[in-house]
Amino acid sequence: MRSLVATCLLAILVVGFPIPRAAQAATGDPARGEDIYHRCLACHALNHNSVGPRHCGLFGRQAGTLKGYSYSTAMKKYGVTWNEETLDHFLENPLKAVPGTKMGYAGVKDAQERADLIAYLKQATSDPKICN
Amino acid sequence: MTIARLSPTPDGEIRRSFLTGFGKFTLSATAIALLAGNERLALIGSASAQTANNDVAILNSALGAEQQAIAAYQLGAESGLLQKPVLALAVQFQGHHKQHADALAKAVQKLGGKPVAPLKDYAFPKDKLKKEADVLSFAASLEKGAVSAYLGAVPILTDRELAKAAASILGDEAMHWAVLRQALGQPPVPDAFMS
Repeated sequence: MRSLVATCLLAILVVGFPIPRAAQAATGDPARGEDIYHRCLACHALNHNSVGPRHCGLFGRQAGTLKGYSYSTAMKKYGVTWNEETLDHFLENPLKAVPGTKMGYAGVKDAQERADLIAYLKQATSDPKICN
Repeated sequence: MTIARLSPTPDGEIRRSFLTGFGKFTLSATAIALLAGNERLALIGSASAQTANNDVAILNSALGAEQQAIAAYQLGAESGLLQKPVLALAVQFQGHHKQHADALAKAVQKLGGKPVAPLKDYAFPKDKLKKEADVLSFAASLEKGAVSAYLGAVPILTDRELAKAAASILGDEAMHWAVLRQALGQPPVPDAFMS
């Protein structure tokens, strides 16, 4: 029995548990994220469509489906639902994540900054005073 | 021109691809010349179809932001909230954005892309613009966003000369932002670096 436990522990140490991407992500600070969000304001707003789509209702929304906004074909076909993990992947390099996206932007390369930005988006888009 | 001197390939499909790519290169370089104001630049550089498509997406993003800025300054100018000399400043800045937009649209066309059209209506927060400072703050937020947008565009534009031209626009947007902050009584240049 002891050898079985030892074998299992060894297997865990050698192989390891697959850690989901979201679990590896840094903890976000919404206050810092609000400052980072200022970078987005030339093209985005929280509560109305602009050059880019509005962010209210972002979490849980399927990519490319917001009514009233004209998406690229590539984004319509992207097929993901926006959450912390999918946003983290997209924001790191939009043009690589979705070739053909309208979002011609290098991305937010720093993982901590992305976590902060996503934390702010989550907080702001759940605020009924902003998104009603 | 140069293509005619290359050895013909037995694979017609590959050759057609190459010709297409070369065509995009020529147009890309012309776009560079348009933005950089230097025709001789049309003789340098190269870009694949995908990177040219990326350049179109990047330039169109910038164009969309410029069009929005033009509309925002129009709103500000017509609001009756801006007084001289701030009004004249706003009109001047709008003129800069028009020049940026014109150059970007021509570059997109020369790259073989379709320039994005301005939105029919911009959902600006009109109800929150009640005094001059509100308009200036709103304009400053767009200018700051534009600086960040160009900062996000410059490193990924395929052609260094095109990136240089985008950086030139970035500098102009940064000056707008600083002047607007100064007009608002804020430190015009709050940090050593932009992000």
